[in-house]
Amino acid sequence: MYQKSILLCLFIFFSFVTQAQDCELTISGKVIDIHDKSPLFGAVVQLVGLNKGVYTDKNGFYKIEGVCEGEVQLKVSHPFCEPETKSINLKENRQINFKLEHHLEELNEVLLKGKLYNNESNSSISNQIKTQELEKFSNASLGDALKSISGVSSLNTGNSIVKPIIQGLHSSRVLVINDNVRLHDQQWGVDHAPNVDINSAANITVIKGASALKYGGDAIGGTIVIEPQKAPIKDTIMGKTILNASSNGRGGNISTSFIKAKSSGFNYRFQGSLKRLGDLEAPDYQLTNTGQRENNLSLGIGLNKIDYGIDFSYRLTNSEIGILRASHIGNARDLVNSINRQEPFFIEDFSYTIDNPKQEVTHQIYKLETFKKIKNLGELSLQYSFQQNNRLEFDIRRGGRGDTPAMDMELKTHTLLTQLEWTSLEGFDSNFGLEFNAQNNFVNPNTGVRRLIPDYNMYTAGIFATTAYDVSERWDLDAGVRYDFNTIDADKFYITSRWEKLGYDQLFPEFEIGEDGNQILTNPQFDYHNISATVGATYTFKNDFKLIGNLSSGSRAPNPSELFSDGLHHSISSIELGDLQLDSEQSFKAGVGFQGVVEKFGFNIQPYINYIEDFIVLEPNGIETTIRGAFPVYEYRQTNARLYGIDVSANYSFNNLEFLSNFAYVNGRDVEQNEALINMPPFNVSNTITYSKKEWNNFYVSLNSQLVTQQNEFPDNNFRTDIVNTTSGEFEEVEVDVSSTPEAYHLLNFSSGLDFDFNKTKLSINVMINNVLNTNYRDYLNRLRFYADEVGTNAMLQLKLNY
Amino acid sequence: MKTMKTIKLLSLGLLATLVFSACSDDDDAPQVINEEEVITTLKLKLTPEGGGEIITFTYRDLDGDGSNPEITSPSLSANTTYTGRVEFLNELEDPAEDITIEVLEEAEEHQVFYIVEDSLNAIPTYTGALDNDGNPVGVEFSLAIGDASQGNFTVFLIHEGDKNAPGASEGDLTEVGGETDIEVTFNVTVE
Repeated sequence: MYQKSILLCLFIFFSFVTQAQDCELTISGKVIDIHDKSPLFGAVVQLVGLNKGVYTDKNGFYKIEGVCEGEVQLKVSHPFCEPETKSINLKENRQINFKLEHHLEELNEVLLKGKLYNNESNSSISNQIKTQELEKFSNASLGDALKSISGVSSLNTGNSIVKPIIQGLHSSRVLVINDNVRLHDQQWGVDHAPNVDINSAANITVIKGASALKYGGDAIGGTIVIEPQKAPIKDTIMGKTILNASSNGRGGNISTSFIKAKSSGFNYRFQGSLKRLGDLEAPDYQLTNTGQRENNLSLGIGLNKIDYGIDFSYRLTNSEIGILRASHIGNARDLVNSINRQEPFFIEDFSYTIDNPKQEVTHQIYKLETFKKIKNLGELSLQYSFQQNNRLEFDIRRGGRGDTPAMDMELKTHTLLTQLEWTSLEGFDSNFGLEFNAQNNFVNPNTGVRRLIPDYNMYTAGIFATTAYDVSERWDLDAGVRYDFNTIDADKFYITSRWEKLGYDQLFPEFEIGEDGNQILTNPQFDYHNISATVGATYTFKNDFKLIGNLSSGSRAPNPSELFSDGLHHSISSIELGDLQLDSEQSFKAGVGFQGVVEKFGFNIQPYINYIEDFIVLEPNGIETTIRGAFPVYEYRQTNARLYGIDVSANYSFNNLEFLSNFAYVNGRDVEQNEALINMPPFNVSNTITYSKKEWNNFYVSLNSQLVTQQNEFPDNNFRTDIVNTTSGEFEEVEVDVSSTPEAYHLLNFSSGLDFDFNKTKLSINVMINNVLNTNYRDYLNRLRFYADEVGTNAMLQLKLNY
Repeated sequence: MKTMKTIKLLSLGLLATLVFSACSDDDDAPQVINEEEVITTLKLKLTPEGGGEIITFTYRDLDGDGSNPEITSPSLSANTTYTGRVEFLNELEDPAEDITIEVLEEAEEHQVFYIVEDSLNAIPTYTGALDNDGNPVGVEFSLAIGDASQGNFTVFLIHEGDKNAPGASEGDLTEVGGETDIEVTFNVTVE
């Protein structure tokens, strides 16, 4: 370096000496991105001190003519790059190329750990939500935001617990990756929302199907990849604050973040958000005990050089969520009464108080990652993460036990992930990786309630290899394979009579290790071997239309709830029984993506078919009468399932108007029993019309119509039971209708906003009104649909400050 | 420089491996949980007015939910009025825990209902002390028996129902709501 500078000085010195005037010289060259070598369009190349400058063309070329001989200083700048200056002594026509540090906006290339998930180089069928769209959901949940993607719906428990469904599948079949860490947060529970603060995400990608092998082979439904805002390699401070107020729930949230970065690569990051909401309101009544509180924090510090880097981050999400009071019932008779009533039994005045039943969940992630680029090989990275999930569920209890949680689980997961991205082979982009996972679930015995799932240790080891091959300008191929070994070692108490009734004393006598009163202590141990693979191709037509084809096979070991659960599940007053004999599920999925743009019309069509062998379903299997009355018993069983469907989105712009249309259809069947699968999203279509005018401070006004039809394909899980008529005292046989689906509904949502620029700060004001017409409706995919209507009109005001 | 970095990277890896392998050694057997809120047993104790032997109806399920409960349902005498009391017990504890005490302590949240099938000539009436809101708890009652008959007699313990609902204070369950903590039916014969 020093030597070069000295040489340069000498040159400069000599150039002064040998001044001569010839102003017919030309400097030309190309400006490219230092990382992916892509040409930079619109970069400004200037001669410093002389009033001369040109822009680079589409291919990154520039040419400056009529330059005088002698010492000149060239400065090249680009909106998203750190400017670069070069001094030369010009004697003849010269070609000078620049490599710029690009992507300060998307930054994916310079971040620590390079590109997280580049869906361009891969045939996975995916969709993305970008920052601007995400910010609209600042006071909602991850699941709510994801629903704006066609083909993604949600399984709700009330209005605050929202679990994403990708093309008909959810829970353990959908992986959530937050900042390159796979979330382990008791995701098996249908009433456990993913512990992610949506305000910490810069963009979210939904990969439909099991083609993201890097993150796990068990993504039979799909993978949700959440990427936070990354720090650029330049001297900067970036920050934003979003403030939301909402009429329904009479509360709001505040979220703030900032990133301080230096051109040396050093950076630190902060992001935090707080949410406070009281009871929500349906059009006709208050939804008592539906308030929520959230406190989220994420911190990071890192050194991020071009060829190596190290980064530490910490994330905390803490939430307290009230569960609709009226949904806590005692037995099948109460359930029938709730279904037959139009209004919930418990309606109290608005309150911010969160009483039982409620959930209190704290999730923490610690992550340390490092990477090193190795010449002639690629990039080697190592990541260690530790996650701790503490889940408390409080129930309505007798005898002053309300302050003791009915469920108190602590899940700790250590993950070590090492990867080699091998790019030195021309045309190939390959990735090899190893993952080790150690997990411990501990259930606090001081709850006074038998464990729904037991204490266990689970160890997994995964190995994968993926490669993308750039065949030609038009053809790209990719393939990958992953093997996972999974071993679970649990300690579980069964009620002895249940153990015997299920025949386990014959099937698994080797698991019995002790007896205590009427309970038997068992030590079930299971190993699972899972193989997943993906292969696909992308063809780009001359007019930039793109056709993507992808075949993937994912394999998922049964989760602890499917294996071990035994107990009463309050939300539909049923007894749920796991099955120790379950095997892994294996899915075979074929997906196609066809996308393109014709002038002002853009479209994206994604049909798919997913065949799942040994699909695990929870199904009713009789009635059990207890001292508390009658309960339906639901048991897990395996079958073969087939899902097919199509997700379509299209947009068209015309002057200042933009039309956006999304629809999705999925059909799921149990092919062994030839009946529909439960909880398949009904056909839904969303249309949005937006009028925007840039000149008026980026003004926009938008109206969205959302139509959800009635689901006509559902399994009949109704059961009959004898219920005492409280007037005549006689037993009457009634049918408990837990299967019928709610009617179709249509919602209108309105939003509008303006931006104001002050110097370096930008203020955006948005107004959003959801369910403008205060429509009464119930949603098939809400597990509390038996008890109350969904929320009514919610008017929200959002202030966003970027600085 | 290069070796420095390599060493740094290696030591990081080592650190991670150490933390990784030092995790979770909860190999001890878990502590057994005996469900605290279980009600295993319901007893109806009926004493004929003017004296006589106490007649006890029992529903007992000691072995977890739904596995063959033991039910005793002795016959009652016609044209007799009984003084009644219901008892809820957790007999998994030793000595048995009397949950009736807990129900009385949380009187405002609880009410016992007695529903008689039309064919059975029996009329229950609350007799016990009222809760602080002036509503019956229903643990104590009287049962006026008419002519010989037969029918179902169902006992409900309702938690957090609306005790001010129409008819609730007279024992009408129709509008009460809440959650059913106990629901036990005896087939009663009046001789």
